[in-house]
Amino acid sequence: MIEALAQMRRHPAALWVAVVLVAAALLVLPFVLASVGTAWVRITNLAILFIFLSLGLNIVVGFAGLLDLGYIAFYAVGAYTYALLASPHFGLHLPFWIILPIGAALACLFGVLLGAPTLKLRGDYLAIVTLGFGEIVRIFLNNLSQPVNLTNGPQGVTLIDPFTIGHFSFARGETFLGLTFSGPIKYYYLLMLVLLAVIVINVRLEDSRIGRAWIAIREDEVAAQAMGINTRNIKLLAFAMGASFGGIAGGMFSAMQGFISPESFVLVESIMVVSMVVLGGMGNIGGVVIGALLLSFVPEVLRYTVEPVQRAVFGRMLIEPEVIRMLLFGLALVLMMLYRPAGIWPSKTRKREFAEQD
Amino acid sequence: MEIFLQQMINGLTLGSVYAIVALGYTMVYGIIQLINFAHGEVVMIGAMIALSVISALAGAHTGLAPVLIVLAGAACAIPVCMGVGYAMERVAYRPLRGAPRLAPLITAIGISIILQNVALMIWSRAPISFPQVMANPVFEVGGAHISAVQIAIILTSIAMMGGLTVLVYRTRLGIAMRATSENHQIAGLMGINVNKVIAFTFIVGAGLGAVAGVMVGTYYGVAHYTMGALLGMKAFAAAVLGGIGNLAGAMLGGILLGVVEALGAGYIGELTDLCRYPWLADMLAENCAQNQHFILFGSNYQDVFAFFVLIAVLVFRPSGLLGERVGDRA
Repeated sequence: MIEALAQMRRHPAALWVAVVLVAAALLVLPFVLASVGTAWVRITNLAILFIFLSLGLNIVVGFAGLLDLGYIAFYAVGAYTYALLASPHFGLHLPFWIILPIGAALACLFGVLLGAPTLKLRGDYLAIVTLGFGEIVRIFLNNLSQPVNLTNGPQGVTLIDPFTIGHFSFARGETFLGLTFSGPIKYYYLLMLVLLAVIVINVRLEDSRIGRAWIAIREDEVAAQAMGINTRNIKLLAFAMGASFGGIAGGMFSAMQGFISPESFVLVESIMVVSMVVLGGMGNIGGVVIGALLLSFVPEVLRYTVEPVQRAVFGRMLIEPEVIRMLLFGLALVLMMLYRPAGIWPSKTRKREFAEQD
Repeated sequence: MEIFLQQMINGLTLGSVYAIVALGYTMVYGIIQLINFAHGEVVMIGAMIALSVISALAGAHTGLAPVLIVLAGAACAIPVCMGVGYAMERVAYRPLRGAPRLAPLITAIGISIILQNVALMIWSRAPISFPQVMANPVFEVGGAHISAVQIAIILTSIAMMGGLTVLVYRTRLGIAMRATSENHQIAGLMGINVNKVIAFTFIVGAGLGAVAGVMVGTYYGVAHYTMGALLGMKAFAAAVLGGIGNLAGAMLGGILLGVVEALGAGYIGELTDLCRYPWLADMLAENCAQNQHFILFGSNYQDVFAFFVLIAVLVFRPSGLLGERVGDRA
């Protein structure tokens, strides 16, 4: 695949044809999926959200080399911000273009608050502190229904407004030019647009002065400092930026689902996003996208295959698909680190770094 | 005052468990500068095995003395956990010893997911409860209550700490461990089998973890496949509080954290009851008249304290209470 891409770069015409083909495929995809079942469109939408999240985490883990194990907390902050400002819970119904930036800013603030004390320490402290932070956010979400009902506790927030622009609602199905655009399909196109923007931002970031500073810090912090990089601020920036991506993704999740509860923001989700980044290839945007797609779809496929296969072979369910999924995640993390530490599709610098073991 | 004494007793009990788990973190960290993320899961496995064995023996009416049954549970849990600890080191950490720091950290997460789900497969989702094998007499001290199990936990952990101190400071193996933690290469040149010493450190840490697992299981009366994560995080906070890599620090940190947590849980409701503060009570007059209380944070926030302790230590004294050195490289 990488070779194929490299070859294409030498033939611009072939590249354009490929781009047009991929774009056409992505445009048609939701209708193909919808013909199999609307559930698959929803699954695809969630997968796109996870790509989104992994790209955000990739800034922190992949570019800057800081392991964040509580990333889902920022997603939760974004999701709850949206849910509380656009639902009957407080009777507020602000439009999404106001809430999403608020959510991103809040998540960013949390990121800075968490990062400031820990970023000057070694990376593994950061890992544990972020892990703890993720749990704390969940505990607060669960308990902040007393004495003032802020989050509605474990029941979560329901009836969250979908995205609307004027009278155009993303939740309503519509027929246009003889095609039925259901709610999920509309969200699919919106998410694709946003994803494109996010990917462009990430690619541009990687080649920017800031991106190079991140990579320099990851490779050798002391050397980076000697080159005049303010390592603490640049690390903080990575953390804040990753957090705000998480916040935006959270807001979109809220609007798409219409319902959120603390259950959606457990530790396992954080670990899943980390696995996506690690598996795909830390620091390489293409790799991360592939990692996120793999880990979003494989569990769904497992869900539909593991049960019938087990019933056919053993006559009953021996191992739940959820357990198999998690075991695969765990194994994938260990095996990847042992045999292919730079990921499925590694970034060049990262590969070099993992290759030279002293 | 009675609440204070009671919470002190509870805190000491909990703290001795944290201390034992924290020792596992700190020993491994001291020797190879790795946070063994999966240590909490080892504790969980210890608790699960011990409770299963105890239930089986108690259900079989063997006529064994209750204390023997509990000891049998521990005797089964310890070797299994030691095996898990050794396997973990051998498979996931040893091959990565020279690799960038992120790599072993990620395998550690992988290992802990695997252990959790293996436990889920073996013991299912439902929590295992501890059978009532023995009477748990409760003694009264100055108005507060202390149970036999609590006394046993505190005494056992003191014994474990003493034993570990003797092992590290009075035996040849202990000298080898300390030498290895100073410098792997030079320790190797002195004729120490570094790999063996590191493996041994993991085994001892896991053994301690197993004992801690039995203690938590007996204390709370239940074990669950997810219990390791939070316990592990708290114990890590305790290790950092005491100064990671420092044995005495882990013990001190564990006990302090247990006491802070228990006292915090005991008093936070009272302290954040806004009706107690006259200038706020006026504002909330209606609420206060109706419910008597306006508690901002109740004892359900108990699990949050460890985290704030961790952050506070990292901000104000990153080397911990007793630690001297702290790495600053990512």
